[in-house]
Amino acid sequence: MTTKGYVRSDGRKVTELRSPIKAEVGIIPNADGSAMFQIGKTIALAAVYGPKKMHPQHSQDPEKGTLRCTYNMNSFSVEERIRPGPSRRSTEISKITEWALEPVLMLDKFPNMVVDVHINILQADAGTRCAGINAAAMALAHAGIPMKDMVSSISVGKIDKTLVLDLDKYEDSEFKEGEGSTDIPVSITHAGEITHLQLDGKISKEQLMEVIEMAKEACEKIYEIQKKALKEAVK
Amino acid sequence: MSEEHKRNIVIPGEIIVEGDNYLPGEGTEKQGKKIVSMRYGLADESNKLVKVIPLSGVYQPRRGNIVIGKCNLITFNGWVIDIGTAENAFLPLTETPRFVAKDRLDEVMKIGDIAVAQIFGINGRGIDLTIKSRGLGRIDEGLIFKINPNKVPRVIGKEGSMIKIIKDYTNCNITVGQNGFIWIKGDKIEDELFAKKAIEFVTEKSFMEGLTEKVESWFEEQGAVKKESKRHDEKSDEYEEERE
Repeated sequence: MTTKGYVRSDGRKVTELRSPIKAEVGIIPNADGSAMFQIGKTIALAAVYGPKKMHPQHSQDPEKGTLRCTYNMNSFSVEERIRPGPSRRSTEISKITEWALEPVLMLDKFPNMVVDVHINILQADAGTRCAGINAAAMALAHAGIPMKDMVSSISVGKIDKTLVLDLDKYEDSEFKEGEGSTDIPVSITHAGEITHLQLDGKISKEQLMEVIEMAKEACEKIYEIQKKALKEAVK
Repeated sequence: MSEEHKRNIVIPGEIIVEGDNYLPGEGTEKQGKKIVSMRYGLADESNKLVKVIPLSGVYQPRRGNIVIGKCNLITFNGWVIDIGTAENAFLPLTETPRFVAKDRLDEVMKIGDIAVAQIFGINGRGIDLTIKSRGLGRIDEGLIFKINPNKVPRVIGKEGSMIKIIKDYTNCNITVGQNGFIWIKGDKIEDELFAKKAIEFVTEKSFMEGLTEKVESWFEEQGAVKKESKRHDEKSDEYEEERE
């Protein structure tokens, strides 16, 4: 691969994450657990409510609790105002977030109950679902929900033929040279298990394996930031 | 707190200790030789038993807890009481200290009444309460307010030390429910409000070291006079194990 000397549009190296990366826990006093995660210009806020009784009653699951995520992009989060309210895209990302987080949650202790996770994107600059998952994982831990592990998430991209870490908005949607850009969000637990991987575009098998390796390394860095934020939340 | 009694904040999935002779307690799991945390909280090890003490989150009901709740509904054989948990708690007719006729349930407790009760069982269908022990039953007068349930052990203090100080200085009777509701009963409303202020001071400063001394000096600043508790601490047995 000819990735060694590749310089990206914003001057980063191929395996360099955007900066600043900030994380803070307990920022919403009313919620049972809450967290903020910022990577570059993308800011996500997550609030957890519950476990509480599931209503309506017919959606209760007597075997285990339910995780209910709501992803929402604020109308001011992008340059061109987006129409507020649920959309096809936000419903999909909500579901994806649930699937990314559910494997680590021990919801069997809360039958007939629901854990609500509200994710709000305050500022969007690509990689919002990953920032949302990172914030939600911290907020769930802060809410005291039993978890087997933490989840960290990052997007890996392929711009033309080069694999790069953590796409920004230009690379994600405006890059049109050669093969164009492909965005691959990956969520990995600290133990190294993949809970979520999305790909829409074309990539070779070899390159996909490389993507996973890159994501694992990056998620390790994000895990350390999440860990630090959670430990510093208590003085 | 002794020297070997170390307490660290742990996050889910973090290894607390490694070794053969440790036992996994609440909030932990044994994976091979490692004791791994399953929740966010304070890791605590005593007598080789490792557990995680929660720092945040909703109140988790446990057997033996004293709780304060509001009567929501009267059924033909008991009362449904809201104690701030996902499941409603049920107080059956048979768990009252004296005989109550089936058509006289509202003589003991009406809808909207507040009661102190003890959890005597948690099963798949819900939480069962009792008011058979002393100090339990309907609340008729006093002041009730809510604090964060995670701060309750701080308000009680080690073996009830903190609550005893507050009781002595304010001359009030205080019952702390594990679900975060606090009932204060004093002779004067001023005493009750003063006790509330003191408890709020404790919850604000809950992560300070040597909090008991801080609270005592706070009382001196406020000009309160300590009265040796003449009343026997009849509720001391209700205080659950305490954490520093």
